Amino acid sequence: MDYELIGITVLWTFLYGYLIVASIDFGAGFFSYYSSITGREHIINKVIARYLSPVWEVTNVFLVFFFIGIVGFFPSTAYYYGTALLIPGSIAIILLAIRGSYYAFHNYGEKGSLFYQFLYGATGLLIPASLSVVLTISEGGFIILEGDQVLLDYPALFSSFYSWTVVILAIVSVLYISACFLTFYAYKARDIDAFKVLRGYALFWSFPTILASILVFFALNQHNPVHFEKMVDLAWMFSLSFLFFLGAVYLIWKGKRLGLSFVFVMLQFATAFYGYGASHLPYLLYPHLTIYDGFTNEAMAIALIIAFIAGLFLLIPSLYLLMRLFLFDNKYVQGRK
Amino acid sequence: MFEYDPVIYSRILTGLTLGYHVIFATIGVGIPLLIALAEWIGIKRNDEHYRLLARRWARGFVITVAIGVVTGTAIGLQLSLLWPNFMQVAGHAISLPMFMETFAFFFEAIFLGIYLYTWDRFKNKMYHFYLLIPVVIGASMSGFFITTVNAFMNAPTGVEIQNGVVTNINPLAAMFNPATPTKVAHVLSSAYLTSAFVLAAIAAFALLKGKDHVYHKKALHLTMTVAAVFAVATALIGDFSGKYLAEYQPEKLAAAEWHFETSTEAPLILGGVLDEDQNIRYALEIPYALSILAHGSPSAEVIGLEEFPQDELPPLIVHYFFDAMVGIGMFLALVSVAYVFIQRTKRWNEHNRLLLWAIFIGGPLSIIAIEMGWFFAELGRQPWILVGYMTTAEGATTSAHVDLMLYLFIGLYLILTITCITVLRKLFSSNPVERELKDRGME
Repeated sequence: MDYELIGITVLWTFLYGYLIVASIDFGAGFFSYYSSITGREHIINKVIARYLSPVWEVTNVFLVFFFIGIVGFFPSTAYYYGTALLIPGSIAIILLAIRGSYYAFHNYGEKGSLFYQFLYGATGLLIPASLSVVLTISEGGFIILEGDQVLLDYPALFSSFYSWTVVILAIVSVLYISACFLTFYAYKARDIDAFKVLRGYALFWSFPTILASILVFFALNQHNPVHFEKMVDLAWMFSLSFLFFLGAVYLIWKGKRLGLSFVFVMLQFATAFYGYGASHLPYLLYPHLTIYDGFTNEAMAIALIIAFIAGLFLLIPSLYLLMRLFLFDNKYVQGRK
Repeated sequence: MFEYDPVIYSRILTGLTLGYHVIFATIGVGIPLLIALAEWIGIKRNDEHYRLLARRWARGFVITVAIGVVTGTAIGLQLSLLWPNFMQVAGHAISLPMFMETFAFFFEAIFLGIYLYTWDRFKNKMYHFYLLIPVVIGASMSGFFITTVNAFMNAPTGVEIQNGVVTNINPLAAMFNPATPTKVAHVLSSAYLTSAFVLAAIAAFALLKGKDHVYHKKALHLTMTVAAVFAVATALIGDFSGKYLAEYQPEKLAAAEWHFETSTEAPLILGGVLDEDQNIRYALEIPYALSILAHGSPSAEVIGLEEFPQDELPPLIVHYFFDAMVGIGMFLALVSVAYVFIQRTKRWNEHNRLLLWAIFIGGPLSIIAIEMGWFFAELGRQPWILVGYMTTAEGATTSAHVDLMLYLFIGLYLILTITCITVLRKLFSSNPVERELKDRGME
């Protein structure tokens, strides 16, 4: 396997990690706010706060890892994406900044400020939409090269059916992933009332999620038939994803083995996400940039991979400790610690 | 304001974000050390006041961490958004330390999360203290790694750049470039100094308001002792930095000192203004001092600005930043050493109002010194973004909307500042020390 492939696999894995942890986080913020304005906060907010408070910072790091890593392995992405994405990128930064800081203000500072809660709940839905622009433009057709200028074609972006399906998919999957996780967490906490509410959310959002996934498939066929062809070649991964989806929804419906059901949710997104990524190769930005153009030099690639492995030796035990203390410690989850 | 130029706006926006981030980043590096010291002393001496100190500092700290995290994320992304051409070239050389900075931050984030939620959860109090060690290490390591990136931009080594293409890279040589030792030492030491002074200012404020609880006195004692140690260290390292500049970046030192002609026995210039013919007026000259600062000998030759092409000179305004940084540094050293001296010898009252006032204003002043130091370091290497290889103008984006983004971010930082201050004030005024001591049954 060459360094380019190792590099993109590492980065894709971090993006997948971000997809899962950030979705839980973003969705939870929304549900937390929604339950406050509908007068059900006392039922589910405790469950949400107990999980989120110790991990919110960690979530953010996954994203930083990805965008620092991609410039490290593929410095030319900075040129193309950096120039084109000034506005959407800056908007995403501002939303992330508002969300992150108001989350802390709300949870560690003024408890119960509904306005702060609104800010971090609402931005949680806008961030996935703004970040998904990157995936959209990677399909090509939205970037104009003029001399040394890289321009983003906003009219094309906003009028594209494909770009809207991606936005919708991003938002509904956030709510779906988050609700599934919180259902599991509430179940572990033996908080039956919260469990009932969250199970309702999970089932409610499962339908639009699968619908949006199918919609994206067809929109991509219109937008980038070459990529679509390659995705069809990997159809088994997407079929597997659908089976995991059915398994997860079935278990949540029955209200049993909820840990396994969340594993199914993770596998559902893993198979679809890696299937999408693999079929997108070798392009980073279709058709201008492949993983073989402007790849970092060999010395740096080796150094990055060594740093990455050394870092994992540090991170995995630490993350394990974090999960042991806050996720799999029944006494903590149930609020007895 | 002026004609739209993406380079100017990119510079202002980057300066704004970094200038804002550095406040939170500095205390983010330093405060964990003070929390750790307070908790450790509290456990060792079985003194609940110190443990409460750690607890209350941690509570306020987490609010500032949030802003540090989000503005750090902002600058990380802005590097690619505002300087895509620079990142395309330099990405080949600086990605290792940037990647490792993220690891260090990850490490810190995990343990800070655990630390904040495990007060009173362990039977052995030391276990809770141990959680802080990775936080302190992670905070300082991220300061270390990111400073090596900045050092590389000042002294690019370990690479060859030909026609804008980077070749022959040695990632470790790039990281450990000649600027790294002094820069990293100065950044870390001044971060500990600043954090100590910021926390000391809070204690001094309480004492000035007439609260004479021993809790505040203990807080002042701990923070001022730490401040004295790092004030002396920072001054020493500052001297090494001067010698480094004389050797590797003489134009920066010359600009800081308005040293136009190469000469021996060069004087140090304090304050003053430059008139239109570049004559220095109203300045205080200390004979030989620049030669001593630059090379450790009064007769040494110091290179002047005349040796450099006109279009490669840094702006002469950096002189004021340099003087402000050094001046405040001296003030902080004087105040903290005086406190420790008075406290040790017990000859006078270390809680006299004059000293308390000096400590109190030392808090904001130390933050200003950090800003001044960074302004000096960054403007002092203009017109270069990669000294000797790439000018700032070549590295910037060509995008047409940087001005709009600048206004958006000004708005964002204003809102964050206002809310941060409000939240911190409410957090501490709604739960004063005296009440918390009572609630915890310590009185």
